[in-house]
Amino acid sequence: MFDDLRDLYQEVILDHGRKPRNFRRLEGANRVARGDNPLCGDRMELFVNVSPEGRIAEAAFQGRGCAISMASASLMTETVRGKTQAEAAELSGKFRELAMSGVCPDCGASLAGEMERLQPLAGVHEFPSRVKCATLAWHTLNAALADGAEERNATSE
Amino acid sequence: MDGHFAASDAGLDVARVREDFPILAQTVRGKPLVFLDSAASAQKPRQVISAMVRCMETAYANVHRGPYYLSEQATDAYEAARAAVARFLGAADAREVVFTRNATESINLVAHSYGRGVLRPGQAVLISEMEHHANIVPWQMLRDGHGVELRVCRVTEAGEIDLEDLSAKLADGKVGLVAVTHMSNVLGTVTPAERIAALAHEAGALVLFDGSQAAVHRRVDVQAIGADFYAFTGHKLYGPTGIGVLWARAELLDRMPPFLGGGEMISSVTFEKTEWAPAPAKFEAGTPPIVEAVGLRAAIDYVSAIGMPASEAHERRLVDHAMRRLSDVEGLTVLGRAQDRGGVFSFALDNAHPHDLSTLLDRAGIAVRAGRHCAEPLHARFGLEGGTCRASFGLYTTVEEVDTLAEALTKAREFFN
Repeated sequence: MFDDLRDLYQEVILDHGRKPRNFRRLEGANRVARGDNPLCGDRMELFVNVSPEGRIAEAAFQGRGCAISMASASLMTETVRGKTQAEAAELSGKFRELAMSGVCPDCGASLAGEMERLQPLAGVHEFPSRVKCATLAWHTLNAALADGAEERNATSE
Repeated sequence: MDGHFAASDAGLDVARVREDFPILAQTVRGKPLVFLDSAASAQKPRQVISAMVRCMETAYANVHRGPYYLSEQATDAYEAARAAVARFLGAADAREVVFTRNATESINLVAHSYGRGVLRPGQAVLISEMEHHANIVPWQMLRDGHGVELRVCRVTEAGEIDLEDLSAKLADGKVGLVAVTHMSNVLGTVTPAERIAALAHEAGALVLFDGSQAAVHRRVDVQAIGADFYAFTGHKLYGPTGIGVLWARAELLDRMPPFLGGGEMISSVTFEKTEWAPAPAKFEAGTPPIVEAVGLRAAIDYVSAIGMPASEAHERRLVDHAMRRLSDVEGLTVLGRAQDRGGVFSFALDNAHPHDLSTLLDRAGIAVRAGRHCAEPLHARFGLEGGTCRASFGLYTTVEEVDTLAEALTKAREFFN
């Protein structure tokens, strides 16, 4: 009955949705942000540790949400590890494009391997009401890394 | 139109009803549409659609203004709609019916006008844990802006209003208004309106019912219930969007100051002083929803022709069937088990988030709502902050559609395992 949904719910998504990686409070994180999707009640807190050299030493999250949002956050925390803040911002932009259109024409140029890992989420572009589930974690990352933000909160809206 | 449904003493001829709703004939993602989101907004029968088209094609002008033929026609149609609503609610007088934009606006009207104009700081408003946000937020705004206390009556584990708690919270006599739902949009619970009204009145409080769901699923008689205010919306009753109703006892409307200012709601205006028109015009500033009123009247005619006994019997059959079929689905929790419930079911699967579940159901052509259905505190009450999926029934819902839902839920659980 639901075979054609395997494009959206690929095994890697279901796996990360059930057992999200880096699902914990990161003690000593120097960047923290909260993400909310008021529409469906998804909510996450993202913890990032940025090294003095400006690289993401570690990222972790806690929260609740659908399989798509949990898997996206899980994959994101794995993917951004070791990246500079500029690279993380670039990934965020490319991922947004991937989630909205299903393709990412610039992805061959740089960070190709990272984008390859996020590819399983490309299926959401066919489900307009679910794109925000996939992008919430990345909005939250943008908020966490934003300079000088007093309150680091992101919403999917 | 009375003859349209007359054939069936045994109940509702659902196949015949479905023919009246053009939208139901379509397929979605290659599957026949199974529309189970009528509690959010119901589909529209041809009778409503054509009444609105006819109004715009033949009898439309602004109302209460033009001393000419078309305006008189439109005014007659608009006021006939008011009279139809009054009959539908068992009201004593059509002047007790105020047209608004929706039930939300009706409640805001009471919160603003009765709340600020009549309630005094230090008095309390009592709501319940099972309210829609539309019957929570206006009272919070009144609390914050007018110094009125907001009390919340508990809901039992079964999903019913805790009447002992209600009495306890009325006991000190400070409550000026009880504002509760007549039927929960999440649990399907039909609340004991007469009992609640009696308890409120004994404690010196007035009572407002949010009838957005109840007006669709139960016969409402505002006088028999003992209501002081009753709010409902057109679009859930198979009518158009953009029109709602506030019914209130005439003497209350007379005491209340206006809500919005503008044309239509005045009897004389100078720059120094304006005199209000009598109710209901006092509460209908600006050009009202004229075509929508005609549509609402057609919707009321439509459900009245079917008759509440037939539609209630149909609903009872669907609810019993759904209770049976859904309880067979492994891992499914259905929220609430009220004695008196209408055709609204909220549920959660143990291995799927409601949002994922609704995406799967959509693939099977089934439209359900996912989330917290504008009732976040109630979901928190039942420990389901992540939300639920909700299936809600209408006149056109079939037993087979309930089966389709139950089968899809079983397959969805397998999918996520």
